[in-house]
Amino acid sequence: MSQNPVSSGTPADAALRVDAKVVVAEGVVALTLRHPTGRRLPDWAPGAHIDLVLPNGLTRQYSLCGDRWDAHSYRVGVLREPSGRGGSAYVHDELAVGDLVGVGGPRNNFPLVPSQKYLFVAGGIGITPLLPMIRQAELIGADWRLVYGGRTRTSMAFREELAAYGDRVVFLPRDERGLPDLPAYLAEATDAKVYVCGPGALLAAVEKCCADWAVGRLRTERFVPKDRGAPLRNEPFEVELARSGLAVTVNPGATVLDAVQAAGVNVLSSCRGGTCGTCETTVLAGAPDHRDSVLDDDERSAGDCMLICVSRSCSDRLVLDL
Amino acid sequence: MFAPAPTLPVSDADPFALDVLQDPLQFQAALRDAGPVVYLRRYDVFALSRYEQVHAALTDWQSFQSAAGVGLSNFRYETPWRPPSILLEADPPHHDAPRAVLSKILGPRALQKLRASWVLDADVLVDQLLSNTTEFDAVTALTAAFPLRVFPDAVGIPDAGRENLLPYGDHAFNAFGPANSLVEKGAPRVAELSGWVNEQCAREVLTGDGFGAQIWAAADRGDITHEQAPLVVRSLLTAGVDTTVNGLAAVLYAFARYPEQWARLRENRTLARTAFDEAVRWESPVQTFFRTATRDTEIGGTVIPDGKKILMFLGAANRDPRRWENPDVFDLGRNPSGHVGYGMGIHQCVGQHVARLESEALLTALASRVESLEIAGPVRRHLNNTLRSWESVPVRVQLS
Repeated sequence: MSQNPVSSGTPADAALRVDAKVVVAEGVVALTLRHPTGRRLPDWAPGAHIDLVLPNGLTRQYSLCGDRWDAHSYRVGVLREPSGRGGSAYVHDELAVGDLVGVGGPRNNFPLVPSQKYLFVAGGIGITPLLPMIRQAELIGADWRLVYGGRTRTSMAFREELAAYGDRVVFLPRDERGLPDLPAYLAEATDAKVYVCGPGALLAAVEKCCADWAVGRLRTERFVPKDRGAPLRNEPFEVELARSGLAVTVNPGATVLDAVQAAGVNVLSSCRGGTCGTCETTVLAGAPDHRDSVLDDDERSAGDCMLICVSRSCSDRLVLDL
Repeated sequence: MFAPAPTLPVSDADPFALDVLQDPLQFQAALRDAGPVVYLRRYDVFALSRYEQVHAALTDWQSFQSAAGVGLSNFRYETPWRPPSILLEADPPHHDAPRAVLSKILGPRALQKLRASWVLDADVLVDQLLSNTTEFDAVTALTAAFPLRVFPDAVGIPDAGRENLLPYGDHAFNAFGPANSLVEKGAPRVAELSGWVNEQCAREVLTGDGFGAQIWAAADRGDITHEQAPLVVRSLLTAGVDTTVNGLAAVLYAFARYPEQWARLRENRTLARTAFDEAVRWESPVQTFFRTATRDTEIGGTVIPDGKKILMFLGAANRDPRRWENPDVFDLGRNPSGHVGYGMGIHQCVGQHVARLESEALLTALASRVESLEIAGPVRRHLNNTLRSWESVPVRVQLS
């Protein structure tokens, strides 16, 4: 057995290198990630997030907030969460430029839909998915506004980037301006699609104002600091191929697809990046660790299928219908 | 006029000449061997025919855009023959929402609902055919008949006028090439056919439960606009018929040419999936697409100037010996994964799972009844500027 080339539970293939780590506000760092060989990263659109599989075994999800026209780097903003299980603390205190981190996705549960008018509402670190949306709204010449609330001015990330947009952006540090007058901003936003990301209290307040709105006009993403429960595996796992009667071991450096193919079972695949859906495989037993961009949350939690070009296993053994 | 660097191979050949379209393999091999990039003087475009460069160009939407047209016509300077597709002929950000909506509707999990009825439809079609004859034209009897039987129903368009689908698609795919005799041949019916296709995209014409209705429902949810909905339906009707007809013809022709592969499929029916993709690699029903450089961009050692067209030979890439072992052989033992027959990247064929399901249904129905098949007469190509297509593939089958 070859030695595990990366100390995380992800295949070496999906590991990105921390290229830059910059403090962008009080308690917020921005990470720039690149592939160690400098190759293209999977495509994404505003609202997408990636899974960051940290060297300490924790997995956290972060919205991509960089430039999708640069296909070679991802940027995420990470807030230190004192109440978390240590994912963000690890990023802040331990993770260094040059480290490798595993990455899953990107996936998008918060896509930007077409409109000539947008209202963006951000609470704190909820600004991250909205940054690339704003860039695109600007690009297509849409009429847009951003209402950006935060604890204090210095705690609000990416202020300088946003200041360039002039009076389209309203900064509302709570210690200076109090809570935003949401009903007023929302009432002004006639015909706009409204995108809100931030803590639960902000979302609840907005939803209360928009209860009678047409379906799909209000789009929200709850920013919940949530460490994923499943422990990530550093160890190899077994994959049993029910139809072929074979069993293979998947080492941390290889994908399930590679391992299955090495055993002589041909599985059709195409993108090898978890985006096209071609290698979707039925899972008969075991708990897949999903890393793809195709399945939605319900499909993931059903656990009855997986994209074997990128996804792995939480359990010691997976049984696949192959 | 662009002056190619002395090191850049130049060709005066016409990839859209009728004799080349009739049998493009030799031309494509010469193009591949000439270099990673070849300047085609006749059209002032840069040809890519090796797998590595075709794959790179397909995935790099930032450098090689689609919104200036994926045919020879450059929308920066020329007016398109129809309102551009909001999928095929669009770039991010405009491309995102229609693509996301259609990916979901045509995704493998959504298609599970259609599987049983398509398998049944294929069984019925094959039973009817084989109860009458064991010698037939595979194109008219099966590969055109089956998609036309299941796909328009799945979209939800009415029965009347479905005979317009193939001629419309044929013209749309011709129109990606130069204005040659193939385009001229289609021109007289363009207005009529476009008019009919556009009418089928309206909400009130579509059934309540098909792909078309689901596209309109996405517009009601605001995921796309109501102006975009009919254009997304139009994409299904343009790109979803001729391509699968030719893909199915490719796979049946391949099996008729390689009888030992048919025996292999009969032994192991799960190869039906691989078989279709191997046929798509081998025959490449969609042969070519263009892109336009968004800035001066280096590829294969050549700088493509901003605004110039590149012509990607998907068919040549799929038979590039630098990537594939014995590329000219149709072989079910091969893993065809990674072929560029559906394209690659953000514009990769959104209907690929539909095509695979159609093929799986048809091949499975045939495999349980047909012991062997062979070519029974002269085969005839149907020429198209973009598609590798069949007019007629006469076959004789032996029933099991």
